[in-house]
Amino acid sequence: MIQGISIYEILTVTTVLFFIGVYGFLTRKNLISMLISVELILNASVVNFVVINKYLYPDMLQGAVYAIFIIAVAAAETALAISIIINLYRQINSVEVKDTEVMKH
Amino acid sequence: MERILFYILALIIVIFAIAAVSSRKMLRSVIYLLFVLCSIAGLYFLIDYNFLAAIQLTVYAGGIIVLIIFSVLLVHHIELELELAKPLKQIITALACLVGIGVILTTIYSYDFKVIENDTAITTADVGSKLLSYDQGGFILPFEVISVVLLAAMIGAIIIAKGKQVEKHENKRIE
Amino acid sequence: MDISYIILIPIIPLVVFLLLGIFNQKIKPGISGYVGVFGLLASTTLSFYAAYQYFFVYGKVDGVFQTFSEKTVWMNFTDTLHIDMGILVDPISVMMLVVVSVVSLMVHMYSRGYMKGDEGYTKFFAFLSLFTFSMYGLVLATNLFQIYIFWELVGVSSYLLIGYYYTKTAAIAAAKKAFIVTRFADFGFLIGILIIGFYTGTFDFETLNNPEGSVILNWAATSFMGLSVITWALILIFIGGAGKSAMFPLHIWLPDAMEGPTPVSALIHAATMVVAGVFLVARLFPMFYFVEDGFALNIVAYVGAFSALFAAIIAITQTDIKRVLAFSTMSQLGYMMLALGVSGYEGHEGVGYMASMFHLFTHAMFKALLFLGAGSVIHAVHSNYLKDMGGLRKYMPITNITFLIAALAIAGVPPLAGFWSKDEILVAAFEHNKLIYYVGVFVAGLTAFYMFRIYFGIFWGKERTYDHKPKESPLSMTLPLIVLAFLSVTAGFIPFSEFVTADKAGFEAHLNYPLAAVATGVGLIGIVLAWIFYKNENSLSDRYAKAFGPLYKWASDKFYFDEIYMFVAKKILFKRVSEPIAKFDKKYVDGTMVGIGNKTVLTSKKIKGIQSGKVQDYAFAFIAGVVVLALVFIYLWPN
Repeated sequence: MIQGISIYEILTVTTVLFFIGVYGFLTRKNLISMLISVELILNASVVNFVVINKYLYPDMLQGAVYAIFIIAVAAAETALAISIIINLYRQINSVEVKDTEVMKH
Repeated sequence: MERILFYILALIIVIFAIAAVSSRKMLRSVIYLLFVLCSIAGLYFLIDYNFLAAIQLTVYAGGIIVLIIFSVLLVHHIELELELAKPLKQIITALACLVGIGVILTTIYSYDFKVIENDTAITTADVGSKLLSYDQGGFILPFEVISVVLLAAMIGAIIIAKGKQVEKHENKRIE
Repeated sequence: MDISYIILIPIIPLVVFLLLGIFNQKIKPGISGYVGVFGLLASTTLSFYAAYQYFFVYGKVDGVFQTFSEKTVWMNFTDTLHIDMGILVDPISVMMLVVVSVVSLMVHMYSRGYMKGDEGYTKFFAFLSLFTFSMYGLVLATNLFQIYIFWELVGVSSYLLIGYYYTKTAAIAAAKKAFIVTRFADFGFLIGILIIGFYTGTFDFETLNNPEGSVILNWAATSFMGLSVITWALILIFIGGAGKSAMFPLHIWLPDAMEGPTPVSALIHAATMVVAGVFLVARLFPMFYFVEDGFALNIVAYVGAFSALFAAIIAITQTDIKRVLAFSTMSQLGYMMLALGVSGYEGHEGVGYMASMFHLFTHAMFKALLFLGAGSVIHAVHSNYLKDMGGLRKYMPITNITFLIAALAIAGVPPLAGFWSKDEILVAAFEHNKLIYYVGVFVAGLTAFYMFRIYFGIFWGKERTYDHKPKESPLSMTLPLIVLAFLSVTAGFIPFSEFVTADKAGFEAHLNYPLAAVATGVGLIGIVLAWIFYKNENSLSDRYAKAFGPLYKWASDKFYFDEIYMFVAKKILFKRVSEPIAKFDKKYVDGTMVGIGNKTVLTSKKIKGIQSGKVQDYAFAFIAGVVVLALVFIYLWPN
């Protein structure tokens, strides 16, 4: 519990953070920037898990445990994404989204 | 005191998040992301989830950010200015996001959360025993699954990243 | 009597067909000929053995030849109505086995010489085997449906063999014509079968034909338009038989079918397949005879008599020797039909039935011989037309003598085969119906006349200038001629009335001297007339043709039946019925479908831009969709 701060305020912050991530994901033209936006989205949801656990069900640990899982999955995802980006860069010398349309055909 | 701290952290989160998604320099946006992640760790400290805050700092700020920075340095020229989406598309996306924020916030504010006043702080021991418990409500199975996923991701990342360069003639054929 | 080995008779040609058909390209032509001949030799041996066993070893029980059958249920509709597959052995099926075997064997041997050097040699033998198999299956069928299956199979084989020279337009047209006309007739057959199945509840010949059985006793149970439904069914079945046997007015396909190779004409369009219609009526003879006091049988008699006369008149005017033989075949088939039509059932009453089968037997021999002889001539001079032939007796002595024997046999000169069978037919007609008798006698005279017309035209008359000197055909072709000539001489002495009769009991047949004398006399008059007209080239025939004027022209153009059919089909059916339907189909049915297709293509062309392949566009659509759905479910449509 944060003194004087209700759950509404924290959820507002995470919501804004989430949509900033979405905005970034949709507008950035670069694979790494998109990855950054995904990290923002993931973090927004992690904070939600933790805060709801803390404010509504303080005796339980599910929220915290799920936060850990999400962080782990995010780490795995980032590692894979980075390896794909590096591989792609070796093949086509670019990490721009518009150049990665080979798979489409 | 805590209240002011929270507002400061929230402000940092929102401002640097916006900066991260709108900066035209790649490395800077990664650093802005680092600030956001650290502020979130600060939030965890504020609600007394120290263990989570530590994980946030080590895994995110320590691991992922470094990984991203490395990849940026590998594939990018520092001076390169990123090109931005068309203004129209930016505006439309921003509008859609604003509408989304509006919908979700109104939903949240119209819902009556049953907040329980408490001061419990979870300890590392609690989390550890919960993760490894195979009693009811234990998380041993997801824990193992996550371990395997991480292992698979590591191996996959290594194999993909060291993959051979595609032969020239194959390239031609794809085109 | 153990009849299980009889199943081998059709199986062997089937195996040969499959072998030759599958390894068509791999087998050397010489070998495929031997495979065909020896396969059929085995079947022939078995057929003769079966005939010997049936008629002599097993013989009659209580004075009657027994009927044997072995069958398995193939398709079950109700307890009584089911389609069986099996073999039925009775006097006519055994006799047909012998006929089919002998003629088919001779044709196989003959084809080895006749088709030598042809590209599709192996294919030809494969088709011949397929036909032989189907014909065996047809004569051994135990029920109406099985006979129908093999009926269509012989139709297919006939189609394949008529169209054998598939690069010739005329051959393709003839094949199609034969198939469509017989198919049209088979439609009647099928409906007849279905009516019988519906009203009697069985397809089985033994049940249907039992004179004391419920089918024949209860024929009057249901009537339709003044006639018993069973009579209607029999008439429809006879339409099928008339189509196959080229009875008027469904005869138009047979002359054109002569486009096929000559051995095929001998086998299919003279000796075996075309008698299937006669066989069918004979197979259902008790029904034809007993139901409605033989109403359907009278139709058979009149159609047969008319066809015999009609075809004989046309035959006189034709110049293509194979077409003369084709019309002759049609005429003789008419003879067989009329004999069946005037037949009674028991004892000497059944002389017509016996005469019909007898004539079928002898006719198969001498008509096959005539065709094979004609084939030998065509082989030598490379033409079908009388105007290209003449004086060939010096070059082709064996063909000459065998052809003469066959011509004498068909003309009814004693003691050759045709005399005996024709005499029996005339006796039956005389006892039953004087009008039909006179027609029969007149046709006998015409037959002798047109047959000797072509005989003199081919082997006597003025010698033509040939491109290269005609010579006698090789042994593989002359040997079958000699064998068939021998059979044409001797077949008449078989005491047929002992073996093949309607009631299966047999009777003592006597020569009716006055009637025999009349028939022979008429035949001799025909021969003498032909002698006068055609022995030496003279203008007599042309003058008489002129004297008859339009009648001659009329007959030579086959009474314009082809033209009438074409008129009905093209001007009326195609123009008034088919074309509007086709137009409707093209414009509206097709149009709708094509329109739907075109609209789909257009729409997809317009909207395919949405599928840009860019992740971010999809993500945007996804997010926008989620937001819209959230708005809808939260504000517009809560709960």
